[in-house]
Amino acid sequence: MAHAHAVKRYRGLMDWLTTVDHKKIGILYLIGGGFFFLVGGIEAILIRIQLAKPELSFLPAHTFNELITMHGTTMIFFAAMPLIFAFMNAVVPLQIGARDVAFPFVNALSYWLFLFGGIVLNISWFFSAVPAAGWTGYVPLSGPEYGTFGVNFYVMGLQVAGIGTLIGGINFLVTIINMRAPGMSFMRMPLFSWTAFLTSALILFAFPAITVGLVLLMFDRLFGANFFNIDLGGNVVLWQHLFWIFGHPEVYILILPAFGIISEVISTFSSKRLFGYSSMVFATVLIGFLGFMVWAHHMFTVGMGAVANALFAVATMLIAIPTGIKIFNWIFTMWGGHIRFTTASLFAMGFIPTFVMGGVTGVMLGAAPADYQFHDSYFVVAHFHYVIVGGLVLGLFAGAFYWWPKMFGRILNERMGIWTFVLFFTGFHLTFFIQHILGLQGMPRRVFTYMGGQGWDTSNLVSTIGAILMGLGTILFLVNAIITASKPKNAPADPWDGRTLEWAISSPPPEYNFKQLPLVRGLDALFVEKSEGHKAMTPAEPVGPIHMPSPSLIPIVFSVGLLIASLGFMYANQPFSNEFIASLFKNHVIAIAGLALTFGCMVVRSIKDDHGYHIEVEELEKEGVHQ
Amino acid sequence: MKRWNVAGRMALLIAGIALLLTGCGGALDPEGSVAKDQLKLINLSFFIMLTVMVVVFGLFFYVIIRFRKRKGQTGYPKQIEGSHKLEIIWTAIPFLLIMVIAVTTVMMTFEQDKPADESKAIKVQVIGHQFWWEFYYPDYDIRTAQDLVLPTGSWVNAELTSSDVIHSFWIPQLAGKLDANPGLKRNLAFQTSDQVKVYLGKCAELCGDGHALMDFKTVVKSPEDFNAWVEKMKAPAPESTTAAEIAGQEIFSKTAQCLTCHAVTSDAPGKGPNLAGFASRETVGGFRPNNDEWLAKWIHNPEEVKPGATMPGFDFLTDQETDDLIAYLRTLK
Repeated sequence: MAHAHAVKRYRGLMDWLTTVDHKKIGILYLIGGGFFFLVGGIEAILIRIQLAKPELSFLPAHTFNELITMHGTTMIFFAAMPLIFAFMNAVVPLQIGARDVAFPFVNALSYWLFLFGGIVLNISWFFSAVPAAGWTGYVPLSGPEYGTFGVNFYVMGLQVAGIGTLIGGINFLVTIINMRAPGMSFMRMPLFSWTAFLTSALILFAFPAITVGLVLLMFDRLFGANFFNIDLGGNVVLWQHLFWIFGHPEVYILILPAFGIISEVISTFSSKRLFGYSSMVFATVLIGFLGFMVWAHHMFTVGMGAVANALFAVATMLIAIPTGIKIFNWIFTMWGGHIRFTTASLFAMGFIPTFVMGGVTGVMLGAAPADYQFHDSYFVVAHFHYVIVGGLVLGLFAGAFYWWPKMFGRILNERMGIWTFVLFFTGFHLTFFIQHILGLQGMPRRVFTYMGGQGWDTSNLVSTIGAILMGLGTILFLVNAIITASKPKNAPADPWDGRTLEWAISSPPPEYNFKQLPLVRGLDALFVEKSEGHKAMTPAEPVGPIHMPSPSLIPIVFSVGLLIASLGFMYANQPFSNEFIASLFKNHVIAIAGLALTFGCMVVRSIKDDHGYHIEVEELEKEGVHQ
Repeated sequence: MKRWNVAGRMALLIAGIALLLTGCGGALDPEGSVAKDQLKLINLSFFIMLTVMVVVFGLFFYVIIRFRKRKGQTGYPKQIEGSHKLEIIWTAIPFLLIMVIAVTTVMMTFEQDKPADESKAIKVQVIGHQFWWEFYYPDYDIRTAQDLVLPTGSWVNAELTSSDVIHSFWIPQLAGKLDANPGLKRNLAFQTSDQVKVYLGKCAELCGDGHALMDFKTVVKSPEDFNAWVEKMKAPAPESTTAAEIAGQEIFSKTAQCLTCHAVTSDAPGKGPNLAGFASRETVGGFRPNNDEWLAKWIHNPEEVKPGATMPGFDFLTDQETDDLIAYLRTLK
């Protein structure tokens, strides 16, 4: 059913602004997430400089509180999550033998919403109104009475980005449920795609909770509501419940994809199938499910009563069991293998002991009466950095070195990679191990300074030195990426002797991924073929015209509309020296204009009939269409 | 190495670590009974988790060394699907270990949630403010701030609330913390030890610019000294006798209008900390030494000493006026 209409194909910048191709969107997420990772990293270095010595006045107290707020919010929402989506986009369709995700247009929309959400949050720096209530934004500190103007950037930025994440999660759920290649049952799906699937399910159920919380806070702050106003019947603890019902699954959203990456990398570089595949799947499902049952362990010191605390304590400790199952299965995957030490596998191997350390402090924190000492101290800071940085970020580095050739057609320099690992890994442990002790010694978190003579001075200095080493490692990675970009694009399809479908096609793949959808005959589909002496996958269909989705400018315009609307609502009641501008904001003209732009995009998209286009067989036979 | 040898060395290592960490302060140096119990739970969970770590690390390092790819090694190793037996082992054993921690946890959670025996415990109402702590003893009708005075060997029921944002009340050496929430009242039960001592207290919930400096002191006195303190606090305001003190009192009530926020007898409320007994307090602003130099700095510019402090500055006072004012404040013993 070929259409005779002209196919709009863009080049250069317009290609990137209008793309709906999951592979390009993956690269966009990598660049966007990578950029915000650097921003969050600079914020971290500034924090650690201020804390290097007692009573330093490098940063005033309020600026420090702004920095810790932005560091946490940026790293979690605008660095970690986009980098996860980068790999989900780049890899999942290839691993399941699909040509793209289920909804390519929505996929692009997810990306631009994330980017503009991150812009909304971070332009607060340029308006000198930065949120300072912590990434957790507890009321009343974030509320209309005690919160500064900057909290509005937090409230709006996260709502915009949150919509993007939610629709992204839905997209991947549908993709994985509907678009697996013939023969790929769920239990033949690679672990990274499994974790992408479960992560998407967590996103679906968790993000609405924080959206509700943010909407309530937005109404309190901007529209005179009283949800959290105790004088009019509000309750401050309500915010905490809404936040953490999201917040706890969120950290499993962060770590599950890393678990997936580790499974892939360890298996490939041991040349062995994953040990205990069904247990691994089951354990991951259990972790995801239990992740929704434990949120109030962030609230042990609120005073909810013994029954609540006891129940949540036990549920929290139970999660250690499926997590432990995974650790043992990774170790036994390597047992009896031929282990290769590359940068990717070094990061994956570094993950195992580091994440175990983070996990065991998690069990300790789950013991509620012990948590009465640990809570809001540096012990917690140590724990979550061990699991997020020592877990997720090490996993992301492993994924980066592993999948870089597939994404860019070039292999990252191994020598620089190993030095990146050494610097980052050493720096990481130096920074955060000592913080366990600081917490036990009584150092609270979110403090802009501390008094000398308490025995905390040397530990803080060591921690700062570690942070600088991590920064150096990150810079080295950046240098590596830039240098590699200038190398010829000649990576082989399968540089690591891989086992899964993404290695069956060229690096980078053609626009349509698979000329013919492959027939999957078992777990580790490519390895099954290799074991039988085949060089390629058996096709599951004849060569035919391939239907492709059209590029579109709508997603970016849609997101710009929400940026404008956010600023319009935020500044509605602010004073302006220019009367005309003041009236524009006061009468909500700006806000409505932004919303109109966004709704206009929805109308155009709904009305305009776009059936995509086809790549014909002749083009395919000519070695296909490349990026 | 013989098995018992290994176990012996492990036990020594563990004891060594525990010993090494005492004297480190805070939760690792508990003196109150509640904090002591909490350290027991910390140690129990830590040592069980340490055992798990030793096993995992041992396996891990063995595997990555023993099974690294050798030069010239070709082909694929044996592909192993899994092992039911191992899955059961590494599910069951962690489950049992977790249960050990869980049972102690549940029991201690219920235990520590109970208020202390009201007939014996000192009752204190704790109100968190940005950025200072108010203490009211309903049994004595004494209102004070920043120094929480208690007798030795005594249980305390601290009823926590806040007048503005969420704060958290934490005396690491005596007990774990509990949040001071606006609009809610929650009880923290803890016990002082036999030590006559001053303990550091901290705010442990981000509450604004002054959060890091919102310290308080817990001053534990002998029962006799505590009773004497109660008597002193209930006594009427002292007389100003010297010229400086009289001049200072004028400045306090008329020039600087301090009485707008600060009462000087313990029976009166106020927007700011009650100053009855101020001269005997441990600190200025909750965290600086209570000497004339810091007191002068504080009076002139509280925000500079403690960012976020809501007390206005009085740097228009001349040096003489400041000295007089301080002389008056020193009569509030």
